[in-house]
Amino acid sequence: MFVGIDIGSRCIKVVALNGEGIADFKVVDTGFNPYERSLELIKPYDAQMIVATGYGRHFARDDFADSVITEIKAHAIGSRHLFPGCRTIIDIGGQDSKVIALDEQGRVADFQMNDRCAAGTGKFLEVMAKTLGFSLDAFGVESLKADKAVKVNSMCTVFAESEVVSLLAKKEEPRNIGLGLHQSVVERVSSMLHRVGIADDIVLSGGVGYNSCIQKLFEQKLGRTVYRYKHPEIAGALGAALAALEQS
Amino acid sequence: MSEDYRKMWEELGLDLEAHDQLLAVIPQMYGDIYLSQQNRPEGMSYLDFVMSEIHGLRVKELLDLKAAGGKVVGAFCLYVPEEVVLAGGAACVGICGGADWGAAEAEKVLPRNLCPLIKSFMGFKLTKVCPYFESSDMIVGETTCDGKKKTYEVLGEYTNVHVMHTPQTKDEASRALWLEEVKKFKETMEELTGNTIDAGALADGVAVVNSKRSALRRMNEARKASPVPISGKDALLIQQVAFYDDPVRFTQMINKVSDELEQRIADGVGVAPADVPRILISGCPMAIPNWKMHHIVESTGAIIVGEEACIGHRYFRDMVDESPGDLEGELAAVADRYMKLDCACFTPNKERLDNIMQLVKDYKVDGVIHYALQFCDPFTVEYNSVERTLKENGVPVLRIETDYSMEDAGQLSTRVEAFMEQIKEAQGAIV
Repeated sequence: MFVGIDIGSRCIKVVALNGEGIADFKVVDTGFNPYERSLELIKPYDAQMIVATGYGRHFARDDFADSVITEIKAHAIGSRHLFPGCRTIIDIGGQDSKVIALDEQGRVADFQMNDRCAAGTGKFLEVMAKTLGFSLDAFGVESLKADKAVKVNSMCTVFAESEVVSLLAKKEEPRNIGLGLHQSVVERVSSMLHRVGIADDIVLSGGVGYNSCIQKLFEQKLGRTVYRYKHPEIAGALGAALAALEQS
Repeated sequence: MSEDYRKMWEELGLDLEAHDQLLAVIPQMYGDIYLSQQNRPEGMSYLDFVMSEIHGLRVKELLDLKAAGGKVVGAFCLYVPEEVVLAGGAACVGICGGADWGAAEAEKVLPRNLCPLIKSFMGFKLTKVCPYFESSDMIVGETTCDGKKKTYEVLGEYTNVHVMHTPQTKDEASRALWLEEVKKFKETMEELTGNTIDAGALADGVAVVNSKRSALRRMNEARKASPVPISGKDALLIQQVAFYDDPVRFTQMINKVSDELEQRIADGVGVAPADVPRILISGCPMAIPNWKMHHIVESTGAIIVGEEACIGHRYFRDMVDESPGDLEGELAAVADRYMKLDCACFTPNKERLDNIMQLVKDYKVDGVIHYALQFCDPFTVEYNSVERTLKENGVPVLRIETDYSMEDAGQLSTRVEAFMEQIKEAQGAIV
């Protein structure tokens, strides 16, 4: 087996490949001890080669992983495997969002990452969903039902939360505020997209890929189809597993 | 450092308790970042010594100079004509501004969203921990950017500040203005030191600084070799210390380092394998002890072969013409040398783009990291044209905007590592 492990800030993802394709994958919460979690996750596999990625890649390299690649490269390999025509990747994860431009051969040509704070990331949406009383699963779906978007000006998770609370106090509909919040995430990521340039196909990956409102808003804004895999959060781990296969 | 220094620091008016805290941080940091490197040139032991005595021996030398009637002039910028300072018999020192220090104090008089370098020097002044600041008889400022320009007004409330009016364009009127500023500065130096700056004194000052710039140029020449005989971190340190050390001694010591580097090149010895990515850093100056970017980049296995920055090529690229025999001609030659600088505070500033491309070619650069300090408008805005020029020429570029804190170190290393993957992949290497 060739194992890829993506140790992210919110979830750890593992993909195991055999000769045929994806033999197994798992997604668990990162929890308080990502090292222990990672060990448990890879234990069941008879791994010939393990490649780690994600913010926890360095401790993995010091311990159980044979080599490491960055999330950027992992997403490039994974998304290209799932969508062979992929030239642009929008990856919105727990604590970072990034945009990756690939050349025709699928190599990373350019990338942009958010700096420092949680603005425009999964964590931002998670906090906002909670403030509005939605489950994370329902947040996108409900926001799509909005009859108008209520603009939220702050992108800082802390300030946006208090802005949302005061909008609720003004009796604004939660789903309308929800749409406004989704729009602000899409706006923020779009400015990174314009910096790297947009080419088809566009693939949305990372845990936020499950959010249908984000996908829809990107399609509206860009006027193009935005693809996503049915398990968008494993693209990075898949890329790492494919790198393991390649390196063996 | 010995007890005599404590007495010296106390007499200088340093806050000893805060100063102890500052000095406690440096050795640990220096050990982790510098002494952990493999296969350093032996000549770097001089720099290790200078660093171990950073607030000691050199400060004592400056105080001895003062006791003998000499003066000390502090500066933050390449526009301050060191040649004129030396001609007046004074010593010229770079002032501390490269560490996240005293921000809370600085924010009493400065806004929060301001360049970290400016905040840092104000923090050092207000917390009284920089012996160079405290031993300076005069600080020379310049009108290069809005942040500094306005901060010198504030700094003037705490110490003796002379501000030079640096032009923003390179036309004839600007040159005339700058020449006047250089002449005015000469007069200010004469008043400060009580010495007359004649043609001979200025020629001597020019010769000393030209030799120092030549030594730095020679050391940097060695970085063109593959494998590279010196790490980017060590080369950066040499260029940082150039602003503090006694210029004549420094020139000798760096020429010795270069002898060794040239021997290494002849023997094919390098600090990293020949095939690692060769990186050029371009942008804002990295004042001592700002080693953050170099450390992150070289921890990925890549090697930095040049700094397109004020603490870097901009400092030693141009020499002052030594041919004029009279004072008038010498002052014009000094002014002309400084008019060639391609700082982002100039508009337009196409020379910088040409110079970056020249460095990319000469140093066989695989990728450029554009380094800007947060809130530095000139460099963050100029990034646009730098990026376009590099991309048009097929040179990968990574934009970094950061400050002195380490809170974004994880993010930065992910970006830098991904940039290295991108470079290696473009070169056709497997993973």
